[in-house]
Amino acid sequence: HHDPTHFDGGLSNRQLFAVHQVAERVEALGQFVMKTRRTLKGHGNKVLCMDWCKDKRRIVSSSQDGKVIVWDSFTTNKEHAVTMPCTWVMACAYAPSGCAIACGGLDNKCSVYPLTFEKNENMAAKKKSVAMHTNYLSACSFTNSDMQILTASGDGTCALWDVESGQLLQSFHGHGADVLCLDLAPSETGNTFVSGGCDKKAMVWDMRSGQCVQSFETHDSDINSVRYYPSGDAFASGSDDATCRLYDLRADREVAIYSKESIIFGASSVDFSLSGRLLFAGYNDYTINVWDVLKGARVSILFGHENRVSTLRVSPDGTAFCSGSWDHTLRIWA
Amino acid sequence: MSGKTTTTTNNIAQARRTVQQLRIEASIERIKVSKASADLMLYCEEHAKKDPLLMGIPASENPFKDKKTCILL
Repeated sequence: HHDPTHFDGGLSNRQLFAVHQVAERVEALGQFVMKTRRTLKGHGNKVLCMDWCKDKRRIVSSSQDGKVIVWDSFTTNKEHAVTMPCTWVMACAYAPSGCAIACGGLDNKCSVYPLTFEKNENMAAKKKSVAMHTNYLSACSFTNSDMQILTASGDGTCALWDVESGQLLQSFHGHGADVLCLDLAPSETGNTFVSGGCDKKAMVWDMRSGQCVQSFETHDSDINSVRYYPSGDAFASGSDDATCRLYDLRADREVAIYSKESIIFGASSVDFSLSGRLLFAGYNDYTINVWDVLKGARVSILFGHENRVSTLRVSPDGTAFCSGSWDHTLRIWA
Repeated sequence: MSGKTTTTTNNIAQARRTVQQLRIEASIERIKVSKASADLMLYCEEHAKKDPLLMGIPASENPFKDKKTCILL
C-alpha cells in the first residue's frame, strides 16, 4: 500500500519508536571543545535561574539570597542589582525589549522591574507586582512582548497575566502537583506553551482557551526543565530521574531518551543549540552533558561548576550558553 | 444529604472531566515517528551551518572567545 506520510528509507519493515533509529545513517559528531569563557561572580548564594536578553549579551540571574543581578556577559560587569523581599528567587526573565526584568519565588508573586540607566537607580522603588499565586513561583516568561507574562507555580497551575493592570488573563489547570518549568513555543508555531511538573507530566497548553491539548507522562520523577526544539515541532525535558527526553508533538509521543547508566543525578535544566542538533543539560552532579539529539549519544561532558547546575540557557544567537549553579557563579561556555 | 453522596457526586464529576480531557487528547491527528524523525533530521541539516556551537566559529567572530593579540595602552 502507498502511504504518503510514511518516510521510507528502507526502514518500513521495522517498527520505529525512536529518532536514533531513523537517524542511523546520519554522520556522528566529532569531538567538541567547549570551555568556560567567562565566570560571573557576585551572588552570595545559590544561583537558581538565569535568562538572556535579546541583545545576546546581557543576562539576568536570581539567587537564593534574594538578589537579582543584570550582567554584561562580555565584560562580566554588573549593570543592575536589586534585592527582593524574599529569599529563593527561583524564577527570572528578561523582557523582549530589554528594558525590564521579571522575577519571583517564595513570595508567591512575579514582579516586574523596569531597567533604567540613571546614575543612582533605585530599582526597588519602581517594582510592579503582576502575578499572584498561592504557592511559590517556579518559572516565568514574557510572551512575545513586554505586555504579558506567563507564570508557573508550586500551587499546581500556570497563568497568563497582563503586566500593566496585573489582571489574570487565563489560568491553566491540570497538573496534579507543583509546576516547575515552562517554555513558550517559538512564535511561528502559534500560541502554545509546554509545562513540566512534580506529577512527572509535561503538558502542552493552548494559551487562548486555557485547554491542555497534549500531555506526556513517561518520566519517572519530577520534570525540572522543558524546552522547545527550534522548529517548534518537539520539546525536550530534564528530570530528577536522571534522563532527558525528546517528545515530538506531531507524533504525540516520546521519541528519544538521553541517558547513561553512569548518570544517576537529576537533570535540572536543558536547552538546544540553534539547529537543534545539540542538547545541553545541566545536572545535580555538577556537570553539563552535551547530547547528540538525533543519535542519542553523549558527545561531551563539561566540568567546572563546584555544585549543582541549576539553570542553563543558550544565547539568542547560539554563540554560547550560560549555566548557573549552587556554587554561586554563572559560567559562559563556548 | 449525607457527605458520602456529595463525595460520590464530586468523584463522578471529576471522572467525567478526566474522560472529556482524554477524549480531546486522543482525537488529535498523529504522524508516524519515522516521518516526525525525518523532519527533525531535516531541520538539523538545514540549520547546521548556522549553528555556532555545533560548527565552532573562529575566535575572531565569537565575542566570548579570547582573541590572541592584546594591545598595551
